[in-house]
Amino acid sequence: MTGQAGQPHLRAAVEKDGLHRKKDGSVAKENETDWAALMIRVRDHQDRTAFADLFRHFAPRVKAFLMKSGAGAALAEECAQDVMATLWQKAHLFDPARASVSTWVYTIARNRRIDALRKARRAEPEELDWGPAPEPDQAEALETQQETERLGRALAALPAPQRTLIERAFYGELSHSEIAAETGLPLGTIKSRIRLALDKLRHQLG
Amino acid sequence: MMIRHHLSDQLLMAYAAGQLPEAFNLVVATHVSLCDECRARSASFDAVGGALLEEAEEISMGEDALARTLARIEGLPQATRSEPLRGAGIFPAPLVDYVGGDLSAVRWRKVGGGVKQAILPTGKDATARLLYIPAGTAVPDHGHRGMELTLVLQGAFADENDRFGRGDIEIADEEMEHTPVALAGEDCICLAATDAPLRFRGLLPRLAQPLLRI
Repeated sequence: MTGQAGQPHLRAAVEKDGLHRKKDGSVAKENETDWAALMIRVRDHQDRTAFADLFRHFAPRVKAFLMKSGAGAALAEECAQDVMATLWQKAHLFDPARASVSTWVYTIARNRRIDALRKARRAEPEELDWGPAPEPDQAEALETQQETERLGRALAALPAPQRTLIERAFYGELSHSEIAAETGLPLGTIKSRIRLALDKLRHQLG
Repeated sequence: MMIRHHLSDQLLMAYAAGQLPEAFNLVVATHVSLCDECRARSASFDAVGGALLEEAEEISMGEDALARTLARIEGLPQATRSEPLRGAGIFPAPLVDYVGGDLSAVRWRKVGGGVKQAILPTGKDATARLLYIPAGTAVPDHGHRGMELTLVLQGAFADENDRFGRGDIEIADEEMEHTPVALAGEDCICLAATDAPLRFRGLLPRLAQPLLRI
């Protein structure tokens, strides 16, 4: 726990979102489960109970995502298991300051979909994880999780036609030339947060 | 390195959605490897996917799915950090992967005027190639078919409107006609991708193909 987490502005943000910071610094849940904390238990302690919780939440969503993207039920079931196994295997790459667990699961599921349905390759950017593992900063991680939740609410609040276009793009129903750049999504804040995390990582690596 | 020409939101969203042709994926991944601004923008589009997944309906998994996945991960060596692929010389990691090494591993083919190219193995819906343009050489006036991305890896080129150096990406569409010139100094090496069909592919000798299209 860093001292930063105790700053008043962060505390306010935390409480506004219905989460409460306990004296020991851990995040107490009301309705929301702290998926990042579970993911870190998987990453650092190979915790199978935490993995099972993640599985119950995310596997049925991944299966639905794959079926909406055109996979049959049997293939979607098999691929959803693959995705969750990959989440386990690549847990060391999870950085809560740069992505929420749902975002991270999405990227694994998307790549599995490209393999399974398009039989194509998706080149990935060079990884930035070399050197010693960066010191986990729970305040930053929490803000990244909250930004994703805010993004979800913004997405839900979009007019239906706009929202439908975004869903169709992400479920693979639009070709790249049909995808419109003007989504109306407020991505500036989350982008800035991720950029800060990247700058910090570069600084540590440099 | 100061990158001035970035990826468009449309390309980044299509990349996040997994809807780009393989050749475009390679150009996007290579640019993002060099550009933290686009890495952050790319990650913010991934977060849209995450938000959609979080809100998605659920479809029940099979009864034994968790047990089967747990059994599978028993056999998986978790946290054995496989050494990720690194860049080499002027090539970021994704390009090293496609070329099979650094610049010295490229199998160039001469296309005239000192210009060389090497087509990289990708899916057929778009083509990726490396281009080598000697410093000071003008590329013949040309238009574009489809969409074309050109990422500078070494040296620089300029056209009537702008200058492109290492890390900069030019996005050209069908309307664009220009005369790019490799600037004096270092020879210019670019990674280019187009979704225009390669004509005559596999049917006629390569000699019958247009001499140079970038």
